[in-house]
Parts: sequence; structure tokens; C-alpha cells
Amino acid sequence: MTLLAIQDLSVRAGDLSLVDGVTLDVGAGEVVALVGESGSGKSLTALSVMGLLGDGLTIESGSITLGEANLSGASASVMSELRGNEIAMIFQEPVSSLNPLVPVGAQVAESLIVHGRATAEEAKAQAIDMLRQVGIPEPESRARQLPAELSGGMCQRVMIAAAFISKPRLLIADEPTTALDVTIQAQILELMSALTTETGTAILLITHDMGVVAELADRVCVMYGGCVVEQGPVDTIFAKPRHPYTRMLLNTLPRLDEEPKGELFAIPGNVPSPQDWPSGCRFQTRCDRPTAACFERPELQGDAHRFACFHPTGVAS
Amino acid sequence: MTGRGATFKSTLTWWPAGLLLVLVICAVFAYWLAPFDPDRQNLLGRLKPPGFEARGKVFLLGSDELGRDVLSRLIYGARVSLLVAALSVLLSGFVGVTVGMAAGYLRGWIETILMRLVDIFLSIPAILLAIITVAVLGPGFINVVLVLALTRWPRYARVAYGQTLAIAGRPFVTLARSMGASPLRVLALHILPNIVGPLLVVATLEFGLMVLFEAGLSFLGLGVQPPTASWGSMLSTGRNYIATAWWIAMFPGFALFLLVLSANLIGDRFGDRIGDGR
Repeated sequence: MTLLAIQDLSVRAGDLSLVDGVTLDVGAGEVVALVGESGSGKSLTALSVMGLLGDGLTIESGSITLGEANLSGASASVMSELRGNEIAMIFQEPVSSLNPLVPVGAQVAESLIVHGRATAEEAKAQAIDMLRQVGIPEPESRARQLPAELSGGMCQRVMIAAAFISKPRLLIADEPTTALDVTIQAQILELMSALTTETGTAILLITHDMGVVAELADRVCVMYGGCVVEQGPVDTIFAKPRHPYTRMLLNTLPRLDEEPKGELFAIPGNVPSPQDWPSGCRFQTRCDRPTAACFERPELQGDAHRFACFHPTGVAS
Repeated sequence: MTGRGATFKSTLTWWPAGLLLVLVICAVFAYWLAPFDPDRQNLLGRLKPPGFEARGKVFLLGSDELGRDVLSRLIYGARVSLLVAALSVLLSGFVGVTVGMAAGYLRGWIETILMRLVDIFLSIPAILLAIITVAVLGPGFINVVLVLALTRWPRYARVAYGQTLAIAGRPFVTLARSMGASPLRVLALHILPNIVGPLLVVATLEFGLMVLFEAGLSFLGLGVQPPTASWGSMLSTGRNYIATAWWIAMFPGFALFLLVLSANLIGDRFGDRIGDGR
């Protein structure tokens, strides 16, 4: 069953197109990873879902639906009713994403209070309970502390607690582990995966870390230059990437089952800024096999495993 | 040596607060502290120098042109100065912070209208605006407060606007919004506590300025009306007798100086503490 459906979403800033025709869906209880380098439009796609696009950014076209609710045309009051109820979000920077002056317990309880779903007493009790669930020791005393008194990993647990307390149907996790060190990353991923199995929450996971994808995701959606270039089940994508960009992303990972081949692979160049995006296939400037055909815009093709390339790769290289 | 230096330094830090406290106590307990009724005239004991004695009672700071005790008037005058300054800081702060935060958070046309309004108010000379307003509303205690609030709110609006812009872009504000918090809740709970430091600095410095403004208006006859004692009006009448009875103008002038100085020093200290927000 489809929970979140994004149809042909385009976001622009003035006359600059930043997200261009993204189509993506997330089933109930499913974990979908949105992958790509910085500047590929992942976060903007997520913020469009939340209705939290910044100033000057507008949804140009497309529709977003969550269950029966239409998010793209929803009024501000409808959106704020959904936020913290049906959808929750966690962010990249755990420490600066928490209000420095509010005790963490109160911040975990925030969405319950905002939506009037519990009295102050109940909310406090639930917050402490939630803090315990995310593995924070001595939650009663921790709840009274300020974010600055907690470590980065602890703060990320607090943010996860704050997101899960409202038992949302969809959680958007924007690079939840990027700012953490590797051992903490693993713990946080484990925690998130445990909580999703327990609550049945679907996750739209934004990351540029293929390792995180392999760990957590059911399906992968690869974005480049504001477009979806490849989409499919995680096993298929890892085993048989069809788009050259996906293949290159996977090649950047060191493999444990092969002899090291010297230096790690890096995709040459950078993501061009939106005003420099080429017409046609946007990856052509960095692709290793561009042809004249690539000046046309490739459409997504395929069914469960979809990709937008005229010269798809056959098997993993 | 360092110990003594530290003591010296901390004394320097604390005396403005101590002085302010003394003045507040004077203002609150004026009725019990003042040796005389501040409005009681004694035409036989006019313009007497400090230390003058009449009927077994000492006029410590002398008497004014109507034979009223300068010390008593000074103590009662602290009431006017502090109350006017405090009320006008509260009122202008409330208006300015509301306007500034609304402009900084809601953006768009609201921002344009509010901040241009602020610019307009800032470009009108404050004293001129004050004189015109008093001319329309008439002088008096409440009107002085209103006038001061009217002329000074843009300063708070500016600071609140800039600080709100800075805080609104921080991730924790987005997180609060992602939990469905309304704009009012975000502003009051998540942004205001984070910008209150710089606003306090402005408010403290403004407090000193308000004391001076009130004295200025009273000096011009536009402030608190006689016979109510106010430092500004005492200065104003004392000016006529400065050659023969220096104490009438000198003591309120010195009191004003100390009050404004201590308010400014406290403001500066605040500013140093929080790394300034002006």
C-alpha cells in the first residue's frame, strides 16, 4: 500500500529549477533511501513533503499525497496539523537541531503538547518513556538537561525520540548519521531500524552514504541534478546498477570481498550548480560514456527497477 | 596583588547595580525616607544653602525657590524618573520586539511594511516627535511614557528583527516547525528566549536614555507638571538661580548623571557578557 506518493514534483527558486519532475513513492512501513551527492535536490524533495521549503522556494508543479491527504495543495493549518502527527522529521546536525535553552525532555514532548494529545504531566511521562526506548540511560534526570550537556549521539537519540513519540506514519530522516562518528552511526541505524519494525513507521531516508543504504533501506531512489536517475529494490540496485551514476556511487565504496585495488574510486568533478545543468541528461558532463543521444532528456524506464539512461550498464563493473 | 586587582574589578562591576538598587529603594520608600513633604513650601526659608536649620530640622541639601526641601524633592523625583523610564522601556520594548520578530519571522510583505515603518520612525528626530506628540496629547505622566515609547520602539524592532532572522534559520526552529508548532509558539518559545540577551542589553542602555529624555521633556515643561517633583523640572527651575543657589540644579543634575551612568555601565557589562547584540 502506498503511503507517500510524490508525482512529478518540481521546485524552483525564481527561474532556477532545482527539483525537476521527481516521482517517488514510499509504501507503508517501507524504508526508502533517497541517495545522491550534495546539491542533487534530495533535501528539497523532503522539505516539499513537510511543507517547509525556505523563502523564495516554490513548488512549481506536481502533487504530493500522504495516504488520502493531499499535501501539495494543503493550507498552512492543515500542514501543521499533519506535521508532528502523521509526519515527523529528523535532521543532520543533532546538537544544533535542538533548542539550546529548552530541556531535552520538553523537546521530546513538544509534538504531543503542540497537538494537545496529552496533558503536561502525561507528555512528560511519555517523553521519559521514549527516552528510555531510544537507549538513553537515566532518562528521568537526562530529561531535565539541556542539549549542550549531552553528546552528539545522545542528541541524535533525543531527536529520534522526539520524532517517534507521535508514532508518525512517515518519518523523513535527513542524513541522520552524517554528523556522527562511525561507531555511533551503527548504533543509531540499529535503533532506527528497531523502532520502525516496532511501530510500522515508513522512512524516507536521505543520505549520500551507500553503507547506510545497505544497512537500512528496502528500496533506493538515486537522484542527480534534481532528477531521479534510478530507482529500485536495494538488492537489485546494489547488484545490477543500470545508471552510470549509480554504478560510480557504488564504486566509491571499498569492498571487503575483493583485494584492494590501490586508491579508492572517486567520481570526477562536482555536481554542477543548477544554472549550469546541461540540457538533456544531466549526468553527461561527468559520465564515462556520453554520446550525442544524451543531449536528449532520458525518461525513466522499467517497472520495479527504473532508470533514466540511454546507455545503461549491463552488470556491476 | 591579583587578589586585590580582582576585588577592585568586581567592586567596579557591582557599584552601578548597587547604586541603581539604592535609587529604587529611594523611589519605593520615598514616603518614609524623605525628611519633609516635598511640596511643603516655606517662603521664609527660601533658597537656603545645604545644612540650613529651621525649627530644629536640617535641610541637608538646602531649599529651593519656594522653600521646599531639595533632598525630599530629589527622593520623590527618583520615583518619576525611574517609573517613567521603566514603563517606557517596557512599552517600547514590547511594541518593538513584537514588530521586529513578526517582520523577521513572517517575512514577505509584512516584513517590508513593518521595517519601512521602522525606517520612517528612525528618520524623524526623536525630540521633535516628542514635542509634537506632547503638544497634541498635552503634558503629563502617562503621556510622557507614551511619547517615549512612540519614539523609541524602532530601536528594539531593529535588534529583534536582525536576531530573529539569524535564529529563524537555525535547524532547531525547522525541527520545531516539523513538529507542527504554530508560528506564535515558535516565536514565543523557541526564538524569543534565544534573542532575549541582546534585547536586554538594548533595554538597559535605553533605560538610561529614557531617564535623560524624561528629564529633557520636564526641563522643557512638556513632562511631569509641577508641583510634582521631577529631576528635569528641578534642573529647569534651578537654572534661574544657578548663580546664587547652585544646589537647586546641582543635586538633581548629579543624581541624573549617576543614574544614567550606572544604567549604561550595566548595559555595557551585559553586552560584554553575551558578546553584544547591538
